Amino acid sequence: MTVASPSDLQPPAPNNQGPSGQGQSLGLQPEGWLRYLSFSLDHKVIGLQYLICAFLFYFLGGALAGVIRTELASPISDFVSRETYNEVLTLHGTVMIFLWIVPVVNGAFGNYLIPFYVGARDMAFPRLNAVAFWLIPPAGILLISSYFIKGGAAQSGWTAYPPLSITTPALGQVIWILSVLLLGGSSIFGGINFIATILKLRRPGLQLMQLPMYCWAMLGTSILVVLSTPVLAGTLILLSFDIIAHTGFFNPALGGNVVVYQHLFWFYSHPAVYIMVLPAFGLVSEILPVHARKPLFGYTTMVYSILAIVVLGLVVWAHHMFTSGTPPWMRLFFTIATSFIAVPTGIKFFNWLATLWGGKIALNSAMLFACAFIVNFVFGGITGVALAQVPFDIHVHDTYFVVGHFHYIVYGGTVFVIFSSVYHWYPKFTGRMLNEDLGRLHFLLTFVGFNLCFAPQHWLGLNGMPRRVAEYDPAFTTWNQVSSVGALLMAISTLPFLINVVVSAFNGKPAGANPWNALTPEWLTSSPPPVENWIGEAPLVTHPYGYGTPADRIDLGNATGEQIWGDSRR
Amino acid sequence: MPIPSALITLLLGMALVLAGLWVGYNVSLLPVDASSNAPVYDALFRVLFSIGTILFIGIVGLLLFSLVRFRRREGDLADGAAIEGNLPLEIVWTAIPAVVVLFVGIYSYDIYERMGGMTPLNDHSAMHANHSALGSAEQPGTAAAIQAGSVSIQAAAVAPTGDGPSTGDGKPPSRVWAGIGAGSDQQGALSVDLTAMQFAFIFHYPQANIISGELHVPIDRQVALRMEARDVIHAFWVPQFRLKQDVIPGQPTLLNFTATRPGTYPIVCAELCGPYHGGMRSSVVVHEPADFEAWLSKNTPAPPPTVASSNSTPTA
Amino acid sequence: MTSLAPATSNTPELSSGEATHGSSHAEQDHGAHSDARLFGLATFLVADGMTFAGFFAAYLTFKAVNPLPEGSNYQLELLLPSLNTLLLVISSFTFHRAGRGLLRGDGPSCRRWLLITAALGLAFLGGQMVEYFHLPFGLTDNLFASTFYALTGFHGLHVTLGVICILIVWWQTRSGGRIEATSPFGLEAAELYWHFVDGIWLVLFGILYLL
Ligand code: HEA
Ligand code: HEA
Ligand code: CUA
Ligand SMILES: [Cu+2]
Repeated sequence: MTVASPSDLQPPAPNNQGPSGQGQSLGLQPEGWLRYLSFSLDHKVIGLQYLICAFLFYFLGGALAGVIRTELASPISDFVSRETYNEVLTLHGTVMIFLWIVPVVNGAFGNYLIPFYVGARDMAFPRLNAVAFWLIPPAGILLISSYFIKGGAAQSGWTAYPPLSITTPALGQVIWILSVLLLGGSSIFGGINFIATILKLRRPGLQLMQLPMYCWAMLGTSILVVLSTPVLAGTLILLSFDIIAHTGFFNPALGGNVVVYQHLFWFYSHPAVYIMVLPAFGLVSEILPVHARKPLFGYTTMVYSILAIVVLGLVVWAHHMFTSGTPPWMRLFFTIATSFIAVPTGIKFFNWLATLWGGKIALNSAMLFACAFIVNFVFGGITGVALAQVPFDIHVHDTYFVVGHFHYIVYGGTVFVIFSSVYHWYPKFTGRMLNEDLGRLHFLLTFVGFNLCFAPQHWLGLNGMPRRVAEYDPAFTTWNQVSSVGALLMAISTLPFLINVVVSAFNGKPAGANPWNALTPEWLTSSPPPVENWIGEAPLVTHPYGYGTPADRIDLGNATGEQIWGDSRR
Repeated sequence: MPIPSALITLLLGMALVLAGLWVGYNVSLLPVDASSNAPVYDALFRVLFSIGTILFIGIVGLLLFSLVRFRRREGDLADGAAIEGNLPLEIVWTAIPAVVVLFVGIYSYDIYERMGGMTPLNDHSAMHANHSALGSAEQPGTAAAIQAGSVSIQAAAVAPTGDGPSTGDGKPPSRVWAGIGAGSDQQGALSVDLTAMQFAFIFHYPQANIISGELHVPIDRQVALRMEARDVIHAFWVPQFRLKQDVIPGQPTLLNFTATRPGTYPIVCAELCGPYHGGMRSSVVVHEPADFEAWLSKNTPAPPPTVASSNSTPTA
Repeated sequence: MTSLAPATSNTPELSSGEATHGSSHAEQDHGAHSDARLFGLATFLVADGMTFAGFFAAYLTFKAVNPLPEGSNYQLELLLPSLNTLLLVISSFTFHRAGRGLLRGDGPSCRRWLLITAALGLAFLGGQMVEYFHLPFGLTDNLFASTFYALTGFHGLHVTLGVICILIVWWQTRSGGRIEATSPFGLEAAELYWHFVDGIWLVLFGILYLL
């Protein structure tokens, strides 16, 4: 049972407890890096598989964004054909959402961290877990391959509104549906696994209200996944009937109703935005206390605000359809419901600020990204609340204002958190530290590039630039070029990151078990952890944010959970 | 933990609010206003912009202050204070956003009503416009069939369907989908039919029987635009009017507006409708009444439809 | 360099926790997972139910908003579907009998009731086929025809899967098979699923035929 790790960090040989049933099956897995290409059942391997796979798709999605921004650097359609442009933006949206954000914040960090947090040795259903991961690469390859077939990839945006999606080249659209179905299936399997693990696999003695916040975030997210993803699946199946079998569910020419599609689509795709952001909220809640050396402020309200977001998130979908001719009462209801999401979300933000207040904040790369997340997300959230107002939305719907809004949230929010998390947990994944200087350079370039890219888009939208266009009014050229330069900076910013991640894996400073002196359970084992997470018993961590509690803090790097919390449990 | 004294906090807060208000009322991000509901919209925008600025600067300021004030000094390995929560504080910052969004929600409802968005559908004025437009439809048969394909939810409560052709009285259920200002006063309104298709807007003036690729309207007179799509979903958007409405196949939609400022403004298709979606643009020309009459009489023998997709630079 | 300490490797203060230690290992053994597995299945059925809920919502909205086009036909007979409903409801009870048989250790009774359940399921599918062939409309005739076939077809797929599961369970309850009174998970899972499929049918019947 060796762990592929820097050689000076060999975990001690397993004691004679004897491997459990799962340990045995894990023993049959390939060793070394080959594990990452295998049907591994180890949640940590699966987590990293998700992470690496999703990063590959991120670079693909980013390259597609590069095509978009290159085309938009000039007001005429000159870089790619108009059809290609639509394919590219459809693929960009689909890849970024279904193959990058959702797999990373749920699959990657969820699989890696949740078993630690609940004190289990693996997920509830390791085999289902592996299946869920291995659905992703084929689905992604399928999606990309559609670009090369006759007629090309889907051209109707990631929303695939009929009748456009019925009239564009059929094969590409059907492949798009198929791959989204596979990814949705993967996501549902993952969600079931998380719910079962968090609720059923908790270490004896561990109460729900003692779990690290990320568990709550994943519980909420998984509930959303389980409730909403199947509706998308059903809708897309109906859409594929319309395309293949010429039924008329969503085809007005055959008596169908396109608005019904929009309702069903957004019934999934609005919750999907919380599926993309709730786990990020959870991750931030883990990172901030560690580097601010303070307990997470307002644990209980944090939990309730997650649950409130879940409930509200399910009843606001029609705010994407304010110009679709929905009846007035419906618009009114969805305006109010949507606006009120600002309340639980606001609670979380103020709690984070209070966590920082009075702390001893180490502004390392992880913290820089986490704090920038707060800035960016508040900006995107405020434009979101503006968008929720029907009269406001009527003007800016389907414009670059919306593009600006959601990139501020998905990129400035979630992607910033992903980077922060990589800086935070990389030592745990590999046993080595990342280089701080490169990290700060990465942050600087990303932050500047990001704001340069997406801030001007709000102005563009307000002044008349619709989204999803390959050509635009020349009056908008300057700000589009600024935006493209920003995108270029973002592309460049990935270089120091990549170099850092690759080089540090071999040359990084050894991290030790707990380089941050953190209190959550994953840090109470070696880095990287042994196959069954802990040699010996899982520590009972009932107070994962107990910073500042025992005034005479013992050396956390070498302490066990029992040592830390044995006397300070309340 | 040194908390700034109450006085300083108060002063900072007031300065913040003033700064936010100043930004909201002095920084202009919107294009020129050219319709009667644009100033209404702009009022809402200013309020939202002010509130947004206050919240954003406040939160970012607090964050930056914490990062500087509470940074970890070299060699300090101690933890921060073990503060786990503070109920009164948490109640305060639950209440503040709640009050803010409640205010914003009510205010924007008011704005929406002033823009004519809350008028119930299918009142008789909307029906009236619907009938007059029906009369001018090219193929009454299919038009009626498509109309029949879109009974409103309210109407369905009266005439349940499912086991046969719907209403018994033979008349196709007349139904126009919501648009802004759909129910406002139709007297003296200029009605125009808009057909959207890949990739052009075609305007038809039923009274004068003009077909045009550009929309010409007189200043200060209500225009009732009856919109229908041929193939896929399009959207009619005039940024200077702050008006947008999807044009959905199978769902005739009514949009009312009154232009207030002469000039030529772009009409933009805002819903992805195919490869040339970006090129699906036209213009609306707002005339002084006399000029409009002149235009009408000059064009009355309808010229062949022209598709204006170039020269749509926004002018004011 | 930080030296690495194994988290809890036999440190003395842990000896007190030795008792829990054993149990936490046992918890990982697959037999003891039955609880989590049924829970997982139930979660999956919630998800599956949401797919149906989406279809129902679509159907109801179509019904409310889109009238039948002129001259199209959408007429359903009630007799056969009612009979089918009866079959499915009965099959839920027979499955329950099978489960009771297993727990009593009465293998033959369990297997007999399983076969009866599967037969009822097959009869339901047969009835569905007969209905399909006698309907006056086809898949693409109109919106309601399409929705009708999509809904009943999707449900029929579930029934088919259920029958297959029942047959697998039947095979595994033979003496020496994997499913016994002490390890009833397979049967319990199939039963839960079958009740779910029944429940969905009742809703579907109400919405599609009675409403
Ligand atoms: C992770 C993704 C994510 C998240 C979290 C959000 C969060 C929110 N979104 Fe966003 N949204 C998207 C991703 C996301 N969105 C995407 C992808 C689209 C476009 C889809 C497409 O068409 O392709 C979109 C589109 C979109 C629209 C439709 C626009 C249109 O097409 O016309 C609307 C309208 O209501 C909206 C609103 C909101 C609101 C109110 C929130 C709220 O949850 C935000 C709440 C947060 C805050 C408000 C900040 C913190 C709070 C405080 C500091 C308290 C104080 C604040 C106040 C009192 C205001 N979003
Ligand atoms: C969910 C996550 C997400 C993320 C992270 C991003 C990231 C980015 N997006 Fe994204 N975007 C969406 C989701 C996302 N987007 C969605 C859902 C849509 C709507 C689609 C639709 O309308 O249907 C959209 C639409 C969209 C548009 C509007 C297109 C249009 O309407 O016409 C634009 C335009 O600027 C844009 C730009 C960018 C840019 C510049 C980035 C950058 O932040 C990307 C930065 C990353 C990189 C630059 C990668 C760096 C790596 C490399 C460059 C290496 C290349 C490697 C090789 C070639 C081997 N996006
Ligand atoms: Cu028509 Cu876009
Ligand atoms: Cu939304």
